[in-house]
Amino acid sequence: MKPFTYERAAGLREAAAAVAARPGTKFIAGGTNLIDLMKLEIEQPIHLVDINRLPLRLIEETPEGGLRIGAQVPNSDLAADMRVRRRYPLLSQALLSGASAQLRNKASTAGNLLQRTRCPYFYERGMPCNKRDPGSGCSARGGFNRLHAILGASEACIAVHPSDMAVAMTALDARVETIQSDGRTRAFPLGELHRLPGTTPHIETTLAAGEMITAVILPPPPPGRQLYRKVRDRASYAFALVSVAAIVDVAAGRIRSARIAMGGVAPKPWHSAEGERALAGRAAGDEICAAAADAALSGARAEGHAAFKIELARRTLRRTLAEAAQDV
Amino acid sequence: MAKDYIVQTTSRPGAATAIGQPVDRIDGALKVTGRARYAYEHRLDRAAAFGYILGASIAKGRILEIDTGDAERAPGVILVMTHRNAPSQAAFGPAVTPTVPEVFTRARPVLASERIRYHDEPVALVVAETFEEARGAARLIRLRYASEPGAFDAAAPNAEIYRPERTNAGFPTDSILGDFDRAFAEAPVKLDAVYATPFESHNPMEPHAAIAEWDGDRLTVHTSAQTLANIQAGLANTLRISPQNVRVISPFIGGGFGSKLIVHPETVCAALAARVLGRPVRVALTRQQMFANAGHRPAMKQRIRLGADRDGRLTAIEHEVTSSTSRFEEFTEQSAVPTRALYAAANRRTMHRLVRLDTNRGEWMRAPGEASGLLALECAMDELAEQLGLDPIELRIRNEPERDPERNVAFSSRNLIACMRDGAERFGWRDRPVKPGSRREGRKLIGYGMAAAIRANYLGPGSARVAIDARGQVTVQADMTDIGTGTYTILAQVAAERLGVPLSAVKVELGDSSLPRTAGSGGSWGASSSSTAVHNACLILREQIASAAASHERSPLRGANISEARFEGGKLHLGSRSESLGSLLERIAPDGLMAEGSAARGETYRTYSQHAFGAHFAEVAVDIDTGEPRLRRMLGVFAAGRILNPKTARSQMIGGMIWGVGAALMEETVLDPRHGHFVNRDLAEYHVPVHADVPGVEAVFLPEEDDKGNPLGAKGIGELGNCGSGAAVANAIYNATGVRVRDFPITLDKIFPELPVG
Repeated sequence: MKPFTYERAAGLREAAAAVAARPGTKFIAGGTNLIDLMKLEIEQPIHLVDINRLPLRLIEETPEGGLRIGAQVPNSDLAADMRVRRRYPLLSQALLSGASAQLRNKASTAGNLLQRTRCPYFYERGMPCNKRDPGSGCSARGGFNRLHAILGASEACIAVHPSDMAVAMTALDARVETIQSDGRTRAFPLGELHRLPGTTPHIETTLAAGEMITAVILPPPPPGRQLYRKVRDRASYAFALVSVAAIVDVAAGRIRSARIAMGGVAPKPWHSAEGERALAGRAAGDEICAAAADAALSGARAEGHAAFKIELARRTLRRTLAEAAQDV
Repeated sequence: MAKDYIVQTTSRPGAATAIGQPVDRIDGALKVTGRARYAYEHRLDRAAAFGYILGASIAKGRILEIDTGDAERAPGVILVMTHRNAPSQAAFGPAVTPTVPEVFTRARPVLASERIRYHDEPVALVVAETFEEARGAARLIRLRYASEPGAFDAAAPNAEIYRPERTNAGFPTDSILGDFDRAFAEAPVKLDAVYATPFESHNPMEPHAAIAEWDGDRLTVHTSAQTLANIQAGLANTLRISPQNVRVISPFIGGGFGSKLIVHPETVCAALAARVLGRPVRVALTRQQMFANAGHRPAMKQRIRLGADRDGRLTAIEHEVTSSTSRFEEFTEQSAVPTRALYAAANRRTMHRLVRLDTNRGEWMRAPGEASGLLALECAMDELAEQLGLDPIELRIRNEPERDPERNVAFSSRNLIACMRDGAERFGWRDRPVKPGSRREGRKLIGYGMAAAIRANYLGPGSARVAIDARGQVTVQADMTDIGTGTYTILAQVAAERLGVPLSAVKVELGDSSLPRTAGSGGSWGASSSSTAVHNACLILREQIASAAASHERSPLRGANISEARFEGGKLHLGSRSESLGSLLERIAPDGLMAEGSAARGETYRTYSQHAFGAHFAEVAVDIDTGEPRLRRMLGVFAAGRILNPKTARSQMIGGMIWGVGAALMEETVLDPRHGHFVNRDLAEYHVPVHADVPGVEAVFLPEEDDKGNPLGAKGIGELGNCGSGAAVANAIYNATGVRVRDFPITLDKIFPELPVG
């Protein structure tokens, strides 16, 4: 670990300004990802701005009937919140399927969104990795890439985003609220937070220097049944091979609307408008779910060991959509 | 130096103490309150500096340049040691040691040359005042390598396959009985299948760690080791000093599983740096460094060929193992050796072959031989049973040998059939779906599987000292280790019972090489060997006490007939008279008495085939959409001689069974054939079962008498649990799905493509 300096942020704007002021400065919240990466010297910040004491720990009702989740709300608290459990069960399920109880106690909402990939070559300092060392190459291509992307990847990077929470939030059409170093705030769809790797996989978000996430806004709960299905190599404490967040609204045997997001398959939580379009307005049934799964994966491709994920994702989608589409 | 590693029970007097009782661990309170100090936590009078190992980022080649200037100037750094300035050490030597035992004691130099033999081999040790300073400075070392192409793929067409001269533990490389080829060709029912098992890593919870301190020419090492004599000899041979000048202390060990039998780089690094600096140095491997530097189970391909008549009687058995090994040091896991003793067949052949790779050497990972070998053989038996239309238990019963089928000697005891029958009854085996893939609950396919367990029973030579003081307090001493198994507790039980004192009167002191030497913890022999030595020491001590009581002029028992001596209730009973040991010793031996007892492998190991046996049963559920295989419940029934402590023994068994679940379903250390490095080298990506993966695991012991191995009638159990348990899970997956996966671990991607859609 490289030596670094540390300060505790006095306020939101001050925090953003402090990070913007010096390149190599990072926010630290729960630290469950950053500290591991610092120990391995994959992250090497020269200065940390601790935002744990900022007033960002509330979950509040919005006038529209949604929830505003403070950036520092721990994953455990969010999963256990009765409003979340009743109105956004998908989000609670996704949170509880991630990490371990100890990690969820520490991990924050914004930190979860911003966690970095688990690609093993990203962690192997002696090997090329375009995300870690831009321009050095991608060791995962042609290497052990069973856990890698089937959607949205590029020549430069095939790593996946590891979050479960973000997949559920994507299906819920969440928005992200931020503050910048000059105090300006903005809000934008979560789908616009993460960038696809393209030729610059080291640039993972659309946040400006010092821009800090202050909240995630959930719109009023969408109609329909919500399900989160995570497929993994062991029953707990494993990253998703494939996960599906599905919300399907069925009335009188007809699908009125659907929301679909996938995890473990792409460099960002993957929203599938194609899958949603295939379902909307159609009679509920296994065939239409299969067609929607095919549509959602029409652009999927994989090299090497991850090839199985395309069919796994298709099967998981088909089944999860079919269950979500069941009349209750 | 005050000893903080004398262990004594904190349980109430009067609690059951006898051998065979489920006594609580006497070291339990120390461990759960944090007072049991592990190697890296040990406190010395002088502050120990922190060493951090920098590993090579290539797998084969040599160091061209190494620039340590920036690291040396970094804050807190005291020493940067590389091959250029490390003290001279003995050479590593040949890939195969002249004798079997020398593999445990050979010199294992570090930072000895510019050659790189495997990825992450230490290239520098940075010593600083804090761990963070050492680690931070290690990053500042600049290296330039000349990388050379290496062999990293055992299945490559140009792989160098050869026949080793012997296997691990000195077994013959091959065994041939009868005419396998002919019998197999003529067999009306045949099975020919290849099973692949991957590299696996032990990863005990406590990583390898050492603190080294020199006093003149004398070296003391606090480390985490299973067998202190090996560490002592390994260090002495590496540093070219007398073993008498090396003291190894290892009272508490956070798991070993075979990865702590020999000296590893952190211990040698600590000893070298402490010598150079003249102050204590501590070094631990990081979790990531463990994968390349602390041993692994080699990757294997195992071909099993079985020939049987139509009634299911085996006529031909062949087990051919091709395993990875290291170019610079051979290790041959004896995976076909259990096949030599498990089933009857007149014609048989077993073989071990190796493929040289440029990795570090494989080591003894829990149940070397059986763990991997039974994964293949016991799946093959399941496949054969299906071909024959026989229940897998019935097939095994029909092939039960009367004598060891290759050695042609009697078994000391063999209750495999009883284990299978008892287990079938308890588990509800009769409810097993007969047709694979036929039972469905919702979106889950349900299946049952079973497999046999066999594990060789050994005894390691060694001794122990038992002393009794003038107050009647007993101390047991040996350089034995308790690697989490319960050794402290069972030795206290043996001494308490043999001397007729309460458990609270017994202290146990282990883990110090200055105490009587034992064979340590390994090969499942720890309990039998050390408790035999304690038992024998107690017998001698009893005789000393009784003789003194009968002859000492101040003894109230003077003149009694010592052949009638009984030690019970804290008293010596001689005929109708009795006296408490405390008041007796005070008079007849105010300085106390002491005796040393030993254990040695007797003639019975030659004249009998000695094994523990068992049967595993597993129920799994496989998701029909995704193929996710999950254990639902598991039962192991074992016959392993006398069980010294059913509570600690049960922990051993279920831990072993879970180990097998991991081997069947998820454990795999991935070697990148391009770079020769282990890819998934942390516990996020190297999966072992978590609680949610192992619901309902139970172990049962059948009563068994076996007087051939040792006077206590005990057999080794540390490894029996993971012998065959993985195969039971694999067979259950087949029963659930009709999909036979022979490429371990059985991950969902190998199952779901064969499952129906929708």
